[in-house]
Parts: sequence; structure tokens; C-alpha cells
Amino acid sequence: MSAASEGTLCGWGRVPAAGREVRSEDLEALTRDAVLCRGLGRSYGDSSLPPPGHPVVAATPLADRILAFDAGAGALRAEAGLSLRALNRTFLPRGFYAPVTPGTQLITLGGMVAADVHGKNHHRDGCFGAHVTRLRMRVADGRIVECSPQEEAELFRATVGGMGLTGHILEVECRLVRVPSPWVLAESERIHDIDRFIDGLKEAGPRWPYTMGWIDCLSRGSLMGRGILMKGRWAEPGEAPRVPPRPRRRPSVPFVLPGWVVNRWSARAFNEAFYRRHLPRVRRRVLDPEAFFYPLDAIGHWNRMYGPRGFTQYQCVLPDSAGRGAARRFLELLTRRGGASMLCVIKDCGPEGIGLLSFPKAGISIALDIPIRDDTQALVDALNELVIAEGGRIYLAKDQFTRPEHFRAMEPRLAAWTCVRRKWDPEGRLRSAQSVRLLADRP
Amino acid sequence: MKVAFLGATRGMGRSLSRLMAARGDELFLLGRDVADVERSARDLEARAGKGPVGTAQCDLEQPGGFAAALDAAESRLGGLDAVVVTAGDFAGQDELERDTERARRLLEVNFTNTVLFCEHARKRLLARGGGTLVVFSSVSGERGRKPVVLYGAAKAGLTRYLEGLDHKFRAQGLRTVCVKPGFVRTSMTEGLRPPPFAGDPDEVARVVLRGVDRGAPVVYAPPIWRWIMLVIRLLPRFVMRRVEF
Repeated sequence: MSAASEGTLCGWGRVPAAGREVRSEDLEALTRDAVLCRGLGRSYGDSSLPPPGHPVVAATPLADRILAFDAGAGALRAEAGLSLRALNRTFLPRGFYAPVTPGTQLITLGGMVAADVHGKNHHRDGCFGAHVTRLRMRVADGRIVECSPQEEAELFRATVGGMGLTGHILEVECRLVRVPSPWVLAESERIHDIDRFIDGLKEAGPRWPYTMGWIDCLSRGSLMGRGILMKGRWAEPGEAPRVPPRPRRRPSVPFVLPGWVVNRWSARAFNEAFYRRHLPRVRRRVLDPEAFFYPLDAIGHWNRMYGPRGFTQYQCVLPDSAGRGAARRFLELLTRRGGASMLCVIKDCGPEGIGLLSFPKAGISIALDIPIRDDTQALVDALNELVIAEGGRIYLAKDQFTRPEHFRAMEPRLAAWTCVRRKWDPEGRLRSAQSVRLLADRP
Repeated sequence: MKVAFLGATRGMGRSLSRLMAARGDELFLLGRDVADVERSARDLEARAGKGPVGTAQCDLEQPGGFAAALDAAESRLGGLDAVVVTAGDFAGQDELERDTERARRLLEVNFTNTVLFCEHARKRLLARGGGTLVVFSSVSGERGRKPVVLYGAAKAGLTRYLEGLDHKFRAQGLRTVCVKPGFVRTSMTEGLRPPPFAGDPDEVARVVLRGVDRGAPVVYAPPIWRWIMLVIRLLPRFVMRRVEF
């Protein structure tokens, strides 16, 4: 599905590397000699790709059984390959939803832990890891261990956001949240520039559990950072239909589009149309949660749009300590260098969570798609240098181009995490294409 | 519907059992590995949010246990409306040619013992005035083909047996559904290169359930395999000798 051709695997950005998946329902057997697990392959870069010297990954999606659910506490235990979509569709009709959800639900529970995903409610509820109560893992020496915030807490904290490098996640225990209705009440607002956007996010934060924005990363000058700010909360029973929305069939990009389809002009037209389409300044709607949380899931294989060379997503967080001007400085650099293609996502983050290497920290997160061109490495380098200067960092689940020296410069936490990792895997058996690139693991 | 289900832990059986549980069928799971069957039972309970799902050990290599397993299902469910068999054995032709003992085991599980299990199921369903017997055979039983000489032979035998049951007992209320999956991407076919029109287990489960509800004697899944197999059945022998599928 995601592989570009026979014998290769790729992340969602469609940049291939040699590798293949081995799938099985029996995750314990599958992980016995594995160096890396892979879920549904939605990390954008090379996090789910095998190291060059061991081109096989253990694919988890067939291990998708729910092992226990306690409706009183909302406590769920499931095998790591369970998809977020299956989870949401199973439990929404019964009044429960995932406590934290990123922008796609075509991911597995194991992947959610490994990337310690965050969502529109990060400012309030933190990362997914904050709602995980227990993990069952196969560690590098072959043993199976359970860890939690209380038991083997170090391993737990290194695994949450540890990109699957501290052990194979076999089972995940977490708490779902109770929702008052199966619909979301969403409000969206047109915002004219980046400074007002950030103010808008910060103002909406205390009042709305879910906030994020889509901004135009091509416009410069006084229009820089204009976009649509979205806010949402679960609708109360009186505000929404009583029956849950029906899952819809989705259209799909049927083949890889030529590389020229997404270009400066088409991207500009798209951004303009997206901004203009939002006619009223403020719009209030009751939405299917899938439409609210996962607008891009509505189009299958949308990653084919970027052409045969694929794309990368760049996501960074600029800390509050860098001041309100940091986002403006970031966009200035970006637009000066030609900008990103489609809409960028902007979101305010709450405080750092328990994961030793988790991405978010208090500040503003910006994510943008960059179609791969000859100058992509130089663009990522320049963005990274700015992020380092601002005291920010990047999200490993998106990354494909960051240089190891840049990563070290933005991650003072790396030594503490590596220390735990080495304790559980002294020989460095577990590794990925990304860890070879960034952490100097053996190929 | 009260259903005894042999093979719900993996692949198409897992998908079909989930669909049945989700629409409110009462399931009782049979399988070889008790701990694994228990996990699948918990999965169905959590997904359907209805009553507990019972289990019993039943191994297609041990025909001596068939009666007891079906008794356990019948008494726990308080009746029996359908028996589903998705379990089976699989190995590649090369391995089966190399290892005669392995071939014997596969032939025994996929033909003799599956038929014996169906005989137990048939008697119980007929004693209750009828019911539905759903058994997964395979399109590989449609024609002798190079990559599946032995596996296909066992499935051909099973298909004929099910056809005979349908002819003989439908008037007495026993509906026999012979499911013929084409190539489906499951752990059973892991490592094989998927041909065009390969199916996925959830899609197959939906097709099968529609067929079961209609009481269709034969269900191809995905449905396109009915036409693919029609063409393959019509190919002359000299062509079959040359091609590699």
C-alpha cells in the first residue's frame, strides 16, 4: 500500500528505502528477532523504515484485538496494532473517544505511543502518553516486561515518544474519555495575520478543548500567516443528533500525480481559495468528529498528490520563551525561501509531558508540507538553524532530513533518553533508518 | 443467531466473527490454542459490548475432541443455529512435496478432519430441525494448478463434500454455504506475492455474511473470483500445463 515498489518501503512522505514488512497476528512471535516495529506507516519520514543492514520490519496491524474494556473507568487494553479508527468507531457509539488524537486516525496504538502523538487538545490534555497507564513490551534481550508510570517508570518514560527504539510495544493500556454526544460543535474564524493568529489561539485555549489553525504559508507582508482558526468541543446532547454519524466511503487519489501538479501557482491558488471560501468571519457548525479531527483522511492516498519524488513534513515547536515574534520570524524565513506548498497547521502546545523525548513543549507548533526538490535539504537546514536559535525542536515522526548535529543541538534531553535506552539495549539491537541517520546507530 | 465458530482467531475468521458479533449474533469460539481463543473472545466482547463469549478447545488434528467441543458450544449457547469453519492448514507446494509427513497432515486437516467436524455439526443442526453450515474451502479446489496441487486437492474434496451436503440435506433445513475465497491478504498468505484482485479479510467477511444471510450454496469472495475461476476452469489442459498459476 505504502511501498513505492517491490522490495521497498516508505513513510507517508513516499520517499522509499529498501525494506519489507512481515505481518502476523502473533506479535509476540513476530517481535522475537525484530529490530523495528511498524504500524500503518503514517509517520512521514524514515521512523518506520528499517536500518539498511536489516531490511525487515515487524508489521503490527494484524495484531488488533481489544483485550479488555472497563466502561466504568473508560480503561482500555488492546494489542498494539489496533487502529485508532477501529477504536473510535467501536467506542464512539458507546460514548467514548480517544483522549488525544492526531490529524489522522489511520495509525496504530503502538505508533501513537512511540511518537507520543498530540492533537488539537494538547494545550489542555497533553500528549497521548499522559493517558497511557501501562505497556507490555518485548525488550532487546528478548524478555517481555510490563511498564507503567509507577513500574519500570524509566523504561515507560523513554518509550513514550521513543520512536520504538527502546523495545517493541505489544500491548497498550489507556483511558478513553467519555463524550456527551457523538458530534463535535466547531467554530471557525478567519484571521488576517500571524500575530493575531497566535493571540487567537492563546485566547481560545482556556475556553475550547480543541483548537488549531490552518495558515497560508505563501503570503508575505501584512497578509503573512493569515488563515482559519478552528475551535471545537464535544456537542451537548441537546445540540446534536442523537445517533452517531455513519462512516462514509472516501474518494482516493488513484495514482501518483506528476511532480508539477503541486507548484507555486497551484499552491497559491489553493491557499487563496481556502481562505476566501470561509466567507463569514465566524462560522459555527455541528460536525462528524471524523470531519473535524481528520479532514485529510477523507481523501485516500492524498500523499500521491506530491508527485513521484514525494514530500516531507516539517514540524517544529517554537517555545513561549522565544517570544511572540518567533512564529513571525519562522514564516519570514519560510516565505523568503519560497514558502511551503499547501496549508500549514499551527497549534499552541501546553507544557512538556512525561516522555523523555516527546516532541511538544509550551509554545507554538508549526507543521508544513514540503514537496521534495533539489533544495529541500538546504531548506530544512535553514529552518532547523532558526529553530535551534529560538530554543525549539522538531518532531521525529515527521522528519526525514534533519542532520544529527542539528538534532543534538535542539535536544538537550537526548543524553538522559540514550542512557535509559542503552540500559535496556546495550548492544544497540533495536534501530531504524531514522536512528541510524540521527543517533549514529550501527546500520 | 447462535453460532459455533471454529477459527475466529485469525485472518478471515477474525473479520467474520467480528461482523457477526457486531450485529448481535451470539458466538461460541472453538480453537486449538486456548489462550489465543480466549483473547479473541475478549476482543469480541469488547467490540460488541454485549454478553460474554464462551470458548472451548478444538483442534482439527484431534477429531476425538469434536463432539465434546460442539456439545460445549450447544449447551453454552442454549441452542445452535449455525456452525462456521474458517480454520484450516496451509503450506506451499514446495514444502509439501519435500515433506511427505507435512503433506499427510495438511491433507488430513483440510479434508478428512474438516469433513468429520462437519459431520458432527450437520447431525446437531439437523437434530434441531436445520440450520446453517458455513465452511471455508478455496478457489484452489476448482482446477488442478501447479502452485497448489496438494492444498487444492484437499480443498477440491471438501468443496465436493459440501456440494453433496447441500444436495442431500437442504430440503431438511440444512443450508450449506461453501465459501471460496480467492487470494486474500492474511497472515496465511504472508510472504506470497499477491496477484491482481487480491482481497482483504474485512471485505471478504462482508461478502460472506451477505451470502450466508441469503443462504447461497457457494460464495466467491471477493466476488470477482467467480469470473476469474470460470475462465481458469475453461482453459484447455495444454494451457494449464504451460502457465505457472
